[in-house]
Parts: sequence; C-alpha cells; structure tokens
Amino acid sequence: MFIALFLPASVINAQSPVLDASGRKIEPPAKVERVYAAGPPAGVLVFAIAPDKLVGWTRAMRPNEAQFFPERYAEVPELGRLTGRGNTANVEVVLNAKTDLIVDVGSTGETYASLASQVKEQTRIPYALFDGRIEATPATLRSLGRLMGNEKEAERLAAWYDSEITQVKKRMQGVSRHPLVYYGRGASGLQTGGRGSINVEVLEFLGARNAAAEARAGLVTVPFEQVILWDPEVILTTDPNFWRLSSQDARWRGVRAVKNGKVFLSPHLPFGWFDFPPGANRLLGVWWAGKLLYPQAFDIDLRAKVSEFHRLFYHRDPSAAQLDALLAEPGVLPK
Amino acid sequence: MNSRTLTYLLAVAALLALTALAFAVGRYPVSLAELFSVLIGKSVSANVATVVLQVRGPRVLAALVVGAALAAAGTAYQGMFRNPLVSPDILGVSTGAALGAVLAIFLSLNVFLIQIFAFAGGLAAVGLVYWVGSRLRGHDPLLALVLTGVVIGTLLGSVIALLKYLADPYNQLPAITYWLLGSLASIAPRDLASAAPLALLGLAPMLLLRWRMNLLALPDDEARALGVDTRRLRTLVVAAATLMTAAAVAVSGIIGWVGLLIPHAARLLVGPDFGKLLPLAMLLGAAFLLGVDTLCRTLALIEVPPGVLTALIGTPFFLWLFALARRSW
Repeated sequence: MFIALFLPASVINAQSPVLDASGRKIEPPAKVERVYAAGPPAGVLVFAIAPDKLVGWTRAMRPNEAQFFPERYAEVPELGRLTGRGNTANVEVVLNAKTDLIVDVGSTGETYASLASQVKEQTRIPYALFDGRIEATPATLRSLGRLMGNEKEAERLAAWYDSEITQVKKRMQGVSRHPLVYYGRGASGLQTGGRGSINVEVLEFLGARNAAAEARAGLVTVPFEQVILWDPEVILTTDPNFWRLSSQDARWRGVRAVKNGKVFLSPHLPFGWFDFPPGANRLLGVWWAGKLLYPQAFDIDLRAKVSEFHRLFYHRDPSAAQLDALLAEPGVLPK
Repeated sequence: MNSRTLTYLLAVAALLALTALAFAVGRYPVSLAELFSVLIGKSVSANVATVVLQVRGPRVLAALVVGAALAAAGTAYQGMFRNPLVSPDILGVSTGAALGAVLAIFLSLNVFLIQIFAFAGGLAAVGLVYWVGSRLRGHDPLLALVLTGVVIGTLLGSVIALLKYLADPYNQLPAITYWLLGSLASIAPRDLASAAPLALLGLAPMLLLRWRMNLLALPDDEARALGVDTRRLRTLVVAAATLMTAAAVAVSGIIGWVGLLIPHAARLLVGPDFGKLLPLAMLLGAAFLLGVDTLCRTLALIEVPPGVLTALIGTPFFLWLFALARRSW
C-alpha cells in the first residue's frame, strides 16, 4: 500500500483495492453501470465523472436547477438521502435501483463509516466513503474514478481541480491584507460558523479572517451585539432574505460591511457556491469570495470560471442569459 | 403593610433592578454614562446608540412582554382548567405557531412573514381545537377541550415532523431547529411594536373579568347558579390567552416552562384569587424570562437557547415548589 502511494495512478492495476476515507479496502466491482450517491456532494462528483451512471439525485432537480444540466439528465429520479441529517432513502430503494456501487462524500467520521459498513452488510453492495473537503477533492475524484471504472474522465477533472487549487494558492501569496469577514446565515443573519466549521470552509481555504473564528466549530447563533462588536468589513451570506434585510434594518446599519455596501449574496444554482451542499461545487465560491475579498489578487474573469466549471462538472455550457442571471442577481457582485 | 403588599413591592423592585441590570450588560460594552446619555437623548457614538436603542433595548422589553404574556396565559388556563399541570400551549397554540413558522421557513420566506405565519398558525390551531372540542357533546366540556387539544396538537406535531423531513437539510433544517428552540436573539424594534399591543389586547379582558375568573374554577352548574355564563366566559378567556401566547410565541419561538412554572410560584405567594394572582404572575414571568434571556446573551460568545435555561432552572424549582406546597388551591 505504501509503495502504491508513490506510483503514478496509471501503473496501479485497476483491480487493486481502493482505500476509502474510513480506511476500508474496497474492491472495484468488475463493472459499474449504476452508482447511488448517498448525499448531494457525492451526487455532484458522480455526475461530473460519468453522468449516465448516476441512478438518482437525493432530491430531484427543480426546474430552476434542471436548466443547468443537459436535458436528458433533467429527469434523473429522486431517490432520497442515505447519509447525514435527514435520511430520506430506504435501503430497498437503493437495492431496487440495481446499484453496483454506493458512494458517500463528506464527513468521514465514525458515524458515517459505521453507516457505510452497515449498509454494505445489508445490501452486499460496495459502499465507499470519501473526504468532501475542497482540498481533498482531486484525490476523491481519482479514487472514485477507479472504483467506477472511469479513470480517464476522473483524472481529467482531478488534474483540472488540482490546477485550480494551485492557482488560488498562487494568487493568495500576493495578498497582504485580509479583511474581517462575517458569514451570516438564516433569514436573520445571526447564524454563523466558527473555526473549523464546514460551513466556512471556503473562507478558511482562502485564508480569510473569519469574524466568528473564536466560536466553536459548527453552526451557531451569535448575539447581535457580538456582530456589532466584531464590526466585520465584509459580510457574505447564502440567504436572499437576510441580504435584503441587512440594507433595510436599522440594527445592521452600524456594521461596517453594511455601511460600505459590502454585503454579498452567494449564488445557489444549481448547487450553492459558498456553503451547501458541502461539495466540489464550492470551488466557484472560492473564486467568487476571492474576488470579493481580494479584488487585486483575484483579477479574474468570473464568468469564464463559471462556464468552465459548469462545462466540466455539469456537462453543459451555461447560456449568456444563465450567466447573467447567476452573476447579475442583486448582491452577488459589487455594484 | 401586610405581607401581600410586601410581596408585590418586592416583585416590582426586583423587576426594576433586573431591567436596569439587563440594560447595562451585554456583549457590546456600553458604559453607564453612555447608557444614561442614550436614554435621555444625548448624542453618543452611532454604535452605542444602535446597541441600546435597536438591539438591547427592544430585546429587554420583548423579554418582559413575552414573559408576562406567557405567565398571564398560564395563570388563566390553570385557573380555568382547575389543573396545575396546564401550560399556555394546552390547546395547541404553540404547536400551531410552530407549524406556521416551520411552513414559512420551508417556503424560504423572510423573518416578518415567518412571524405572521406563526401568529396565524397559533390562532388557527386553537380555533380548530375549540371548534371541534365544543362539538363533542356528552362530555365534560373542559375535558373535551383538553383532549381535543392534545390530539390535534399531536397531529400538528407530525405535520411539523413531515416538513422537517422534507426540508433542505443544509439550510432549512437548521433554521427550523433554531426556531423551535426559541430565542429572542433576532428581536427588532418592529417585533416589539407588533407583539406588545396584541398581548395587551389579550390582557384587557382578563383584567376586566378578573373577579369572574374565579368562578370558572367552579363546576358549570354552580357557576350558572351564581349567574355566570361559563360557556361565554370560557370562550373569551381562551381567545384572550391565545392572543397573548400567539403574539409572544410569534416573535420568540417556543420557550417552555414560563407559563407552567410562574403561575405556581405566584399562587404559592398570594393564593389562588385570580385578581391578586394575575399581576404577581405577570411581574414574576417578566422578571424570570428577562433574567434567563440576559444570561442567554451574556454567558458565552454564542447564544444559549432560553428553553434550555428555563428547563434547567425550572425543573428543580418546580419540584421544590411541589414538595413545598401544602396549600390546596
């Protein structure tokens, strides 16, 4: 195994076992035609690698989401989630979908590892669990590609993702000043993520200063006075209700970010850019937030970035009108 | 001065002292001089003015209103149902409000509409319970009402569970969970302006009818013999208590224990006469929730859900009261 780590992927026999993030060895099935993704982050990756192999989304595409995918995939059925909060799938559904492989991408803690083992026992279908962090996405893509028998496609995506990560890091080297950022969630904007919280992974990946860093990891509610005390320079949000509220509510007026018009709303179609689902889709949030926080270092063409990501991961070039709708929505970019 | 007057005076003094303290403490440091300047209208830094007038002030006042409203509704219900285990949500007002709020969150509506939905949900739930309950003939009317409340409350609860199940687990589910935990964290001046008049509107009939309220505790035929139409009076009390509770819950989410615990404490202090009990229960309810909420916003960097604190303080206190109480009520 140790030697295998140092060999180029192509040298490894495709039939040798793949080590998943919970440390279990998984034999790649001889033929994988149908893959069940246990949660949205896994769905995004399986769809990116081989859209025809994804047996269903955990939640069917709504019309405003479906428009970003090739038409023949708009009807991929809804099968429910098997992982995390809000399990809605039934193991019989997974069996009935004639699944060759189950994939979960995200948190790799004991809860999910034991769930994987249990479902594997029940169904005899190989169940692989992979790390969902942005940094780990290229490795996850490669392992997934080997399991699915789509090494070439996966390698292409992984190499591209690697180069994007490298580009972001290179640009970050030129950054000398980090503005204080507050991530406001929920309709009132008072929910946020502390240091190490998956909700602010985009911020941490960018090395940004999270105002709420001292709070515990995970989603928390903070007192309003605390936000005024932090006085963030920039506020990012995923909630259009909060984005509107921030400019109308007298309580928010005193906060620097609101005073200076620096409250920004992350696009959320077809998958969110900033926070959820916590998958590969957040690469666009990295570019978006980078551009907002470090305009000099991230002098990039965001439109081109979106097009490229969509082409590679969603298999459809967004139309000019769709790009306009994504980027010209009030609050997404500075006026 | 008799001991009852002393009790009232002490309660008022405690409430005033607690209110002053609540204005003075918080995550944002405001000195007493600054606080005083703001309150008499002198100019201070913009942030201090915002904290005191827009954030802390409304929140303190909202805690007083919500605490007093829940305690008043609890007092009325405990008297009317002749049962010390009754809380304001016995007829489903909280569950109805929760369903309204959860539906609004499920539909991704804004804060204002979430409150409207919660308020309307609370009223609608009790309306439904009352309508069904009063049609179940051949039973004790109070028993029919309580049983209908329990059954419909359970039904609404399962609709809430269904919506939680269908909600987006990354975004809506946490928002729903936070609402159900209850919190005064996001109170804005507007919330106070909408909740306080409605709560007062609910309080008015209770104050006006405080003498007759005692007769509700009597069996129907005895009350009727005394010339009181218990049916009409009961309808009015349910409507008033529901209005108060729905107005409170719409801005605060569900905060348990206040409406159950405080009327007990007040009854131990001044006895069961509604006219004497109601003012004290309201004073104690306001003080209790204000104290709890002040802890919620100052204990830690993050908000502590008030329901957790009310239960932590309330459970032992309730048991102690129960062990202590010899007096029949």
